[in-house]
Parts: sequence; C-alpha cells; structure tokens
Amino acid sequence: MKRVCCGRPVFFVKPESGMNRKIMNIYVCVKHVPDSAATITVEGGTGINEKITFLLNPYDEHAVTEAARIKTGLPDAEVVAVCLGKPTAETTLRAAMAMGADRGILIETDRPQDSIFTALALAAAIQSDGRPWIIFTGKESIDSEGMQTQFRLAENLSLPVATNVIKVDIDGDGVRVESEREAGTIDVIRMTAPCVIGAGKGLNTPNYPTFPDIVKSRKKPVRRIGLADLAIESPAAGMQIQELVPAVEQRTPRALTGSAADIAAQIVDILKNEAKVI
Amino acid sequence: MNSIGLLIEFNDGRVKEANFGMATAARGENRNLVALVADGPAEDAQAVLEAYGVARIVNIRSGNRSWDPARQAAAVAAAMQKLEIDSLIGLTSPSGRELLPRIAARLGAPLIMDCIDIDLEAHRVRTSQYSGKTIATIALTGSHFIYGMRANVVPALKEPAEAEIIDFSFDGYQDTGYEVIETRTDGSGAHYLAEADIIISGGRGLKRAENFKLLFDCARHMNASVGASRVAVDNGWVPYAMQVGQTGVKVNPKVYMAVGISGSVQHFAGMKTARMIIAINTDENAAIMANCDYFAVGDLFEILPELEKALAAAKRSKEVA
Repeated sequence: MKRVCCGRPVFFVKPESGMNRKIMNIYVCVKHVPDSAATITVEGGTGINEKITFLLNPYDEHAVTEAARIKTGLPDAEVVAVCLGKPTAETTLRAAMAMGADRGILIETDRPQDSIFTALALAAAIQSDGRPWIIFTGKESIDSEGMQTQFRLAENLSLPVATNVIKVDIDGDGVRVESEREAGTIDVIRMTAPCVIGAGKGLNTPNYPTFPDIVKSRKKPVRRIGLADLAIESPAAGMQIQELVPAVEQRTPRALTGSAADIAAQIVDILKNEAKVI
Repeated sequence: MNSIGLLIEFNDGRVKEANFGMATAARGENRNLVALVADGPAEDAQAVLEAYGVARIVNIRSGNRSWDPARQAAAVAAAMQKLEIDSLIGLTSPSGRELLPRIAARLGAPLIMDCIDIDLEAHRVRTSQYSGKTIATIALTGSHFIYGMRANVVPALKEPAEAEIIDFSFDGYQDTGYEVIETRTDGSGAHYLAEADIIISGGRGLKRAENFKLLFDCARHMNASVGASRVAVDNGWVPYAMQVGQTGVKVNPKVYMAVGISGSVQHFAGMKTARMIIAINTDENAAIMANCDYFAVGDLFEILPELEKALAAAKRSKEVA
C-alpha cells in the first residue's frame, strides 16, 4: 500500500496479560484549547489572540478520568499525559495531573500543528517514552474540531482504535468498549491491547480536582521534549489554515405576538410559507 | 476526467437524502462522479444515484456483512487506490465520523470534517472552528483528499446520467485486533439530528423529563427531530445523544426551534448555522431572543399545545390537498 506519510518505523510490544504490569503505561493525549466561553478574536489573518483562558479540552477530561479509574485496578500502571503545544500548555498538563495523571510530557512547538503532524509527534513521543497499553484521547478537540487525531495516531502505531467511547471494561488481553455511534445506537467493540480509545462525553463524570490534588500536581514531573528530539520526518500531506475570519451573525429578530393560539398560527404560517418545510 | 468519489450512506435500504446535496456539490466540468457503496444495496441505488449525475457505482464488498468500520474503511481506501480516485466526499454523519478519518489515516491523506464549502480543484475548504465563532479556509496538500461535508449545505439538484456498476471485492484486510461484537439500538429510531431539516429543542424551561412529550407531539406533525440543551441533558431529562451544542451534536437544519432555551454560547456553537431560528421563551432578555429570526415571549406550556393543534391541522389540510 502506498503511504504518503507516517513513514516512521513502528514498534509495539503486546504486554503479556497480567504478567508484566510494569510496562502497562496508560497514555492520555491532551490538548490545550481556548475556553469555550472565551471571546475569540482573529489575529494575523490565520490565528487568534491567545490572551484568553485556555484549558484542558473537555473530552480529554473524560479521557484522563477514565485512565485514572483503570489505574486503580492496576497498581503498577502509570498514567502519562502527553501534549503537543506551546510552552504555556504546561497548565493543561498540570490540570491533567491534578485529575489523576502521574506525570506529563510536553512536546514543545511554537505554532499550531495539523492533526497529521500532531499524530506523528504523539506517536513518536509515546514510543520514545515507554510501552503503551491503552492510549486515550478525547473524541475531538473543541478548537479545531478535526475529529481525526486518534485515528491517525492508531494508524501510526498500527493499533486498533475506537471513538466516542462511553464505556471501557478490561477484558483479558484487551478491552471491551462501547462506542456511541449515534443517538440510540451503540457498538460493542473488542480490541486487543495496545489500543487507542477516543473518549466521549458519556464515559464518566470528570474528576474535578480538589485543592490538595492541585497542590500535588505541581510536584509531578513534566518532561519537555523539542520537536527536533523526535526527529519526525515532515509529512507529505497536510492541512493549512489560509484564512480565519469571525463567523458573521446577522439575524434580525422579529417578534411573534398575541395569544398562544395566535403565536402558534404564525409559526405554522412561517414554517409553511417562508421556510417551506411543512 | 477527474474522478470524485462519493461515500454513499443508506437509511433503511434507501440512499440518504443528504447524499444528493453532496453529489450536487461534487459535479463540475471534467469530473466523473463515482459513488462508493460499501456493503450496501448498490443495484437498488442505481436509479436514484443516476438522477444526481453519478456515472459509476462501485459495489464494494469488504468481506464482512455487519458494520465494521475498520474493515470498511480499508476496503474503501483500497478501492480508491485501485480505481485512481483521488478525492472522496462523505457526510459528517455518525458513520462518516467513523469511516472518513480511518480512510484518511490509511491513505495518509488530509481530511477536513464538517466542510461548509469545498473547492475540489484548489483542494480548499471552509469549515467552522472555535465552536462556530470563526470560519477557517483550509488548504489541503497530499496525493488523496478526503472531505466530510456538513449535511444540507448544498441543495440537491438533479442532473441525470447513466451509471455503470463495478464490483470491488476486498480481500486484503489484515486483522488489527478490532472487532465489533454487537450493535445495540434502543429502538427509539432516533432521526439523526445532524441531518434533520427541522429540529425542535427544549431546555431548562421544560422543567422535567415528561414535558419533552410536548416537543415530540409537535415534532411528529412536522417530521422534525427533537433536540435538547445541555441543561436538559445534565438534569437527566433526555439522553446525551439529543444534546445540541458545543459538546453535543452540531446541527444544520432549515428551521431550529429553541423552546425554553436561553441560548448560551455553547448552545449556539451547535446550531448557529440553522437557516432559521425560532425562539420561544418567557424571558425576553434571554440571549437567544436577540440572535434569532423569530421570537415569542410567552409560556411554552400554553404555546406548545396550540402549536401541536395548528401543526396537526396543517398536516391534515395538506393530506387532503
């Protein structure tokens, strides 16, 4: 098969179930994203003003929480949060550690990267760090909304992947997960470990940290890696933002008045004659 | 001729409506539309695909009868390579979210999901980012290009063509340790929100789970889907799958009716592209009232029963006519 990127050699070692727990690292890939409530101001044509609150991507909160939960049954397992971001993304790694990760890896970059590159960097950082047993991500990030990094990461490491996962059970040498494909449809999937899991919102209630958790997280180690240390071949394919503009909102609200029956009649009229949907 | 692949989806054995807008958007000079049907009823779909300009239908057999996105994606990627299809357009739908990224990852190809505009010549798309607060123009580079389109962005227009059917049996699958053991449906037959033409959503103002019946009653008469705000989901009134917003489903209907929803930034992130927004709220200062097309200040418990009656009457008169 022709591959246009992902040319790095890959390795993975299947942990023998239950035998060699020291190698059972659980990695959680996290992203430093603007708070969804923040005002986004476009700057420089393709970027945003970053003097706003950034936090751990909401789906990644579920991923970290699940990793910490699984770890409680595996005393030797270690939960490692991995982030590709600017130096300021350390706060997001600290948040992940306050929610249960044992340590962090910050792959430093000076600019936003697309998901093709991101997945290469995450794969290289994880491979250089240890042997993954489960790799969690969020099902998507709320800033670029790409919905694909987990799949590319899995491909780079030749691992199975499930997304929008709302339940994880350890099952022998792998996991059994429930993936919510759509409203009312759940796929039950068996994956051998190592594997990649994209956390969905229904997975759990995030472990919001207590003050002692936050204090403890400050003492947990964060290893900083430069992109150069990972020697990633630059991929042949890419996605580059050429222009970013504020979304225009130009609605002119008109009032519907009168009795409840009057309002109902006007709505039906609008649906029929203006929107032409009924 | 440039071959543009269309990843076709089915609903109860019929081609999904949203695929026709996709085919319309893909047509152009020197383009050959190739419908890729993975483990679906390709022959049955021939006539309807021809009506929208499809010139070739690839009947892909992935080797697995039930839903297996890993295997299907591998089969589609292999068909694209074999048949020299460089560009693929699919829907940003539940199965599109599973298949398109897997296909892109396999081919090492760029992928943009939820495109509102696709330039197939320049390999350039527009999509929303930062919770719908910005629109990004993104250039793709690579040897294959995968696009996930937002449903309903291009109206479907017919342009008849004749299509040949090609069979493609995929036998090169290597087991990756991924297996769908079973698929459970709760029988709700939920009309998938992201592709709905009309959505009526409820929020805090609904007050309790049982009151969502008022929305379902209205929805029934206008073939609408029912959505909800995060508050309604967090209170356990309705399942998460019904949540519209930043961390829920992003929808793009012709009409979005927000009932008892204040209209937070996060809610708007999921529905702001609706062609028309109609809000019903007791609070005239709710954010949604200032950012909609029509608003009614009033009690939803009075308006919804009247609306149901009026919709039922409109439906009856249409049926008689």
